[in-house]
Amino acid sequence: MNALFGLALKSAWNRRLTLGLTLLSIALAVTLLLGVERTRVAARASFSQSVSGADLVLGARTSPVQLMLYSVFRMGGATNNIGWDSYQAVIRHPAVAWSIPIALGDSHRGFPVIGTDAAYFEHFRHGRGRSLSFAQGRPFDGLFEAVLGAEVARRLGYRLDQAITLSHGSGELKQSEHGDKPFTVVGILAPTGTPVDHSVHVSLEAIEAIHLDWQGGAPMPGVQISPEQVRKFDLSPKTITAALIGLKQRTAVFKVQRHINSYPKEPLLAVLPGVALDELWRVVAMVEQALLGISVLVVAVGLAGLVAVILASLNERRRELAVLRSVGAGPRHILALLALEGASITLAGLGLGLLLLNLAAWLAGPTLEARLGLTLALQEVSPAELKLLGAVFLTGVLASLLPAALAYRQALTDGLTPRL
Amino acid sequence: MRDLPGPAILLEQLRFRWQRQAPLCLDIPALDIQAGERVFLYGPSGSGKSTLLGLLGAVHQPESGRIEVLGQDLARLSGSGRDRFRVDHIGFIFQQFNLIPYLPVLDNVLLPCRFSARRRARAGQDHGRQEARRLLEALGLEGEQLGRQASQLSVGQQQRVAAARALIGSPELIIADEPTSALDADRQDDFLELLLQECAAQGTTLLFVSHDHRLAPHFTRELSLVQLNGARP
Repeated sequence: MNALFGLALKSAWNRRLTLGLTLLSIALAVTLLLGVERTRVAARASFSQSVSGADLVLGARTSPVQLMLYSVFRMGGATNNIGWDSYQAVIRHPAVAWSIPIALGDSHRGFPVIGTDAAYFEHFRHGRGRSLSFAQGRPFDGLFEAVLGAEVARRLGYRLDQAITLSHGSGELKQSEHGDKPFTVVGILAPTGTPVDHSVHVSLEAIEAIHLDWQGGAPMPGVQISPEQVRKFDLSPKTITAALIGLKQRTAVFKVQRHINSYPKEPLLAVLPGVALDELWRVVAMVEQALLGISVLVVAVGLAGLVAVILASLNERRRELAVLRSVGAGPRHILALLALEGASITLAGLGLGLLLLNLAAWLAGPTLEARLGLTLALQEVSPAELKLLGAVFLTGVLASLLPAALAYRQALTDGLTPRL
Repeated sequence: MRDLPGPAILLEQLRFRWQRQAPLCLDIPALDIQAGERVFLYGPSGSGKSTLLGLLGAVHQPESGRIEVLGQDLARLSGSGRDRFRVDHIGFIFQQFNLIPYLPVLDNVLLPCRFSARRRARAGQDHGRQEARRLLEALGLEGEQLGRQASQLSVGQQQRVAAARALIGSPELIIADEPTSALDADRQDDFLELLLQECAAQGTTLLFVSHDHRLAPHFTRELSLVQLNGARP
């Protein structure tokens, strides 16, 4: 067998161009397969890291997934708000340690605006329990002050003391600008890799203030209240969209959830982020499966290419194999020679694929983390990935048994002088 | 084994056909070649000589009859035993395409030593490299030619490399199948002389198959496969 290994290597080197391309196609297929798997895992991780601190998410009664999507991930619109009084009532429960109110509905140049209070900067946790930190500036304090997420500042090129105006809704209508009440940027948050990076934060009172002269989603005709006059009005919040709630003891979570869900004066919903996310994954699973299916097919195409290349080489190698037989190689050796070639190329393809994947993660990782909040760091091969790799290797070995078996039969009938 | 006097090749009532329903391809009542003989076997193309060589090299098995090579009944060998016996005791030279194109000349010559510990041991020190160089030199190849890939050599040079490979590790029997037919007339004689010299020097039995009668006088005995073979393939 030792005699064969060196020969297999030299023979493969002799056909390095075709085999190299085959190797590359397998490697790229493996990169895709692992990339899809890694992105899937990273997406899940990033979602669950976006709410790592909160024990409950509170909102109007809707589906738990939808509540999570709009309150935490800022995807889609809220269906309903909840009353400030109801909010105040339920968080008075003794098990509640802190809560962060969230009022959504406005935007700045496509970035969602979050109305909240000081608790946001104190209690919000992301990643593995990290709290928010400021790259520049401080939390908002005055009425028309705003704090930007890292991406908002980076993409729009904003600095401290910049004046910005908010738009009503997602900002696609020009006439729904809150142009009369500009905000000043007083703080810019450090990057978190969560939706916080894409948000503009203002106080709940500010949200109230910019909507004083609005009704039903449009400015009231003939009514104009200037920023100076606004301070004379009662600016305490009337409604919020959602709230993140932290408990003193996690064990109380179901008790508090029941307490909120059975609040008599208004239909409220409290969800456990983990449970809602699981539900979300069940929805997304189909897409994941489709992506995985496609990458499995790509791997299959790569391996089929390998078999085709080895099969095609068989004819031109017929004499070579007959010569090997005349110097003592048995049909079993011929079988082993070809199977070895297929297995080695599959293995090399796996290695190269892993290398490419890590290279891609290294090159694109920081960008992906900043823009999408996906952490695709260099990492060890996870057990799930190992299973995928093992399956690819096994399939490659089995597939290369086909040309090997043909060569075996050919070796038996050809003997020492192939009839060509 | 080669020191023992006795037949190098012994055939008795040999019959072979490719498929059960096919007509007989070979039917040789008796053939006996003594150790040390250098035999010219006349066989025009289609006379079944490739088949006979496959039988002697134990890659095909006869339908009936007995094949003894160097005293070994080939039917008694297992599959891997046949492969080992072939490389241990027989060197082959074919009409063309003898060499592995991507291996250097020296590695081509050393191929039998890769597969056979016996040939390796008999080829001497340095895994047979010195012996390979000596043989190649005796056959007129030396220097940087030894490092070249086989595919870069002329046909005549390739046949000489093939002869060196057949000879390395002193197998008792060399079977040559039309080794000169790809060469022009001058080179044929050169090649034949070199091959015969080396065989004589090592006491090797040579079975040389060709359709070219002009070469017959170089050998100690001449046989005709057409006459030996009762079957008409």
